[in-house]
Amino acid sequence: MNHWPFIIAAYALVLGGSAALAIWGWISMRAAERWADEVTRR
Amino acid sequence: MHIFANPARFLKIARPATAWTLALAVPLIMAGVIGGLFFTPRDYLQGESVRILYIHVPSAWLGMAGWAGIAVASVMQLAWRHPLAAVAGRAIAPVGATFAFMCLASGSIWGRPTWGTWWEWDGRLTSMLILLFLYLGYIALASAERERGGEGRMTALFGLVGAVNLPIIHYSVLWWNTLHQGPSISLTGGSSIASEMLWPLPLTLFGFTFLFAGVVLMRMRAELARARAEARLRRNAGT
Repeated sequence: MNHWPFIIAAYALVLGGSAALAIWGWISMRAAERWADEVTRR
Repeated sequence: MHIFANPARFLKIARPATAWTLALAVPLIMAGVIGGLFFTPRDYLQGESVRILYIHVPSAWLGMAGWAGIAVASVMQLAWRHPLAAVAGRAIAPVGATFAFMCLASGSIWGRPTWGTWWEWDGRLTSMLILLFLYLGYIALASAERERGGEGRMTALFGLVGAVNLPIIHYSVLWWNTLHQGPSISLTGGSSIASEMLWPLPLTLFGFTFLFAGVVLMRMRAELARARAEARLRRNAGT
């Protein structure tokens, strides 16, 4: 059995999931901090 | 920990810490992944599939460490009413759940070529699946309690009680007959894995741990910013 398709699938899942987590965290943090700054300036 | 009780003081440290953790995470993960995929030998028994080790072990470690973090935050909330403890618990939960899921999924993918099956209801796999369900329960409970305007004490109790699953996961491979291999790496007793295969693992372990910390810090900063905006809006509406 060729193991490489399994290896590629596992790495794609974990690296993709981690990247998605980091991007989601960054976008929601920037949006929340921008909103807080706007509300504070009003 | 009480020096972080003031959100302004916490943010002063969290802002540079977010950048540092993410800046350390990326090169460490890249070095560990490249090393694990291209610069380590294949295992004499498992063949090439052993390379899944370098991402599966950090996912398992962070799935469990995430709940340990929730348990610590729960104690701080229940015992000392630390104002950031509930925020930390809510920030950790989805990140820990994602790593628990990635541990189960990567382990399942690893199991197919190694054991000949995607899944087996044995002690290690089942207790890890229970951890994922505990995370989902914690997230739902925290969300419901927050909508009701509660302090999150029920959620904290749930976080504390759920920690009983951590030693079960850890010792499951010793307590029950299992397809999953026994402990091969120990902080005190060395490792049964050859050093030429082991060296990328600390890189991915530290890399994913820094990434986890960075994402948790970003989620805490987001929640504190939302709380600040909502408080200001309420104050404006009242005047």
